[in-house]
Amino acid sequence: MNNYTVEAIELTRLYGGNEAVSNVNFTLSKGEVLGFLGPNGAGKSTTMKMLTGNLAPSRGSVKICGVDMMENPKEAKALIGYLPEMRPLYKELTVDEYLVMAARLHRVSTKHIKSAVENAKERCGLGHMSKRLIENLSNGYQQRVGIAQAIIHKPMVVILDEPTVGLDPIQIRDIRALIREVGGEHSVIISTHILPEVEMVCDRVQIIDKGKLVFNGSIDVLKRQRVGNKLLIGLRNPPAIEDVLKIAGVSEAESLESGMVRVRFAEGATPAEDIVQAAVQQGWGLYQIAPDQTSLEDVFVQLTYQEQAAV
Amino acid sequence: MIINVARKELKSVFASPMGWVILSLLMFAFGTQYLNGVNDYFAVMSGAMRPAERTGVTQFVGQSVYGLASFIMLFAVPLLSMRLIAEERRSQTLPFLFSAPISLTEIVVGKFLGLVAFLSILVVFIGAMLATLNIWSDIDFGFLLANSLGLLLMVASFSALGIYFSSLTQQPVIAAILTFIALFALMMLDRFFAGDPTNIVGNLSLTRHFQSFSNGLIDSADVVYFVLFAATFLTLTVRRLDADRLRG
Repeated sequence: MNNYTVEAIELTRLYGGNEAVSNVNFTLSKGEVLGFLGPNGAGKSTTMKMLTGNLAPSRGSVKICGVDMMENPKEAKALIGYLPEMRPLYKELTVDEYLVMAARLHRVSTKHIKSAVENAKERCGLGHMSKRLIENLSNGYQQRVGIAQAIIHKPMVVILDEPTVGLDPIQIRDIRALIREVGGEHSVIISTHILPEVEMVCDRVQIIDKGKLVFNGSIDVLKRQRVGNKLLIGLRNPPAIEDVLKIAGVSEAESLESGMVRVRFAEGATPAEDIVQAAVQQGWGLYQIAPDQTSLEDVFVQLTYQEQAAV
Repeated sequence: MIINVARKELKSVFASPMGWVILSLLMFAFGTQYLNGVNDYFAVMSGAMRPAERTGVTQFVGQSVYGLASFIMLFAVPLLSMRLIAEERRSQTLPFLFSAPISLTEIVVGKFLGLVAFLSILVVFIGAMLATLNIWSDIDFGFLLANSLGLLLMVASFSALGIYFSSLTQQPVIAAILTFIALFALMMLDRFFAGDPTNIVGNLSLTRHFQSFSNGLIDSADVVYFVLFAATFLTLTVRRLDADRLRG
């Protein structure tokens, strides 16, 4: 037995001959938070539905802690907590009624139901909402109820489909903190198309585009691609590019339309200090110097674009 | 697990006023019919001179109340069963059940039993109401039992059909209309074949199989008919939901 909590093996899903998801392979270990990224319609939700047994894959298989979702759906589903994109809330019930029902359906034994409900409410910050009708809760609180429902039976794997969509910034921050907290004990898969979110909460990232996995790796790899060896320098009296290139460590320089200069340097070199000195000595009028970060969006576009070019 | 799904259904019927309103309105209708039945009994029996014309009070009042009940259920059951799956599909709450560790069969049977449990409240109330005749008369409890069982079986069959139509659509209203039309057709079927009692199609009629119960007779053939009827539509519902999962 390996320690994978989720194994997806060559998952493929056809919709009328079109491959919505094709040959997706990945694994998830205990305690990891996996971010599932992709543009709209890339197949994120479809993959998640297959992982949770809401949709049968056309080919391939899903194993949850070694239990096959197709062969033993009940055992496999007992190990999963799932919050779909559309929150499956029965709005005519109160928070307590709903969570008790969720606990019962997820086979929490009768004597533990009360403590499970209390625990889930506490973790999701719902303590004072117990007797309220779900219908009357704000969007953010409804989302918390959705998450509480997914973690109530302490599943091995929690799968959240776009958990922060449509929430205000404070609610988003709370929910991210909650996801991190949940990720401590359970494996978590979240899908999103908000890139900074992935950076904040995930250990690993997968990027899916047009049903294919185009990137699968640690968040650090993505961050490294993002930072790069670049400096952005703002100068009032920019010199000729040749002068900048003379500074030790600078391998490439280009002036941008905004009057800034972008400087690339070799791995390991730290030319920042030299640049500042040169600027002061030669009166370039330095007013800004900062590492030039490619936005995650750019990395994302690069990755999805590379794949298209390769095909 | 089936029980938990059934409890959930019962809870959601009573979470809104609808469950209570339906219960009270129907009981009002049955109560009125009961009172009328008792009044009519005296009027009719005082005119009936020969012993052959005289019937027992149980049969007289019972038949009129159970006759009305089976007719009203024709309208009430589609209104209750329409929500079961169509509503969940529309408000996208089905994944809640689908991702819980329960099989499709358990979900469908649970929903079915939840609805039947609600309707059996009515059956019990009607039985209790008629049993009050026993205070000043000596009534035939066997007749009541047979009628109650018949009504319960028929209502269960209605519910199974209702669930199936509810699983076909996203719109509860469409499910209700389809269920009503189908039930109405099945009830009327034996009228069309009244001239030929052995006709196979006529034998499919729900009314015909209810008749022996309403005469106080528990016929195993009729019990089997209702059980098979319900089982068929429940199976079809499970298959329909499974197709959702397979085809998406």
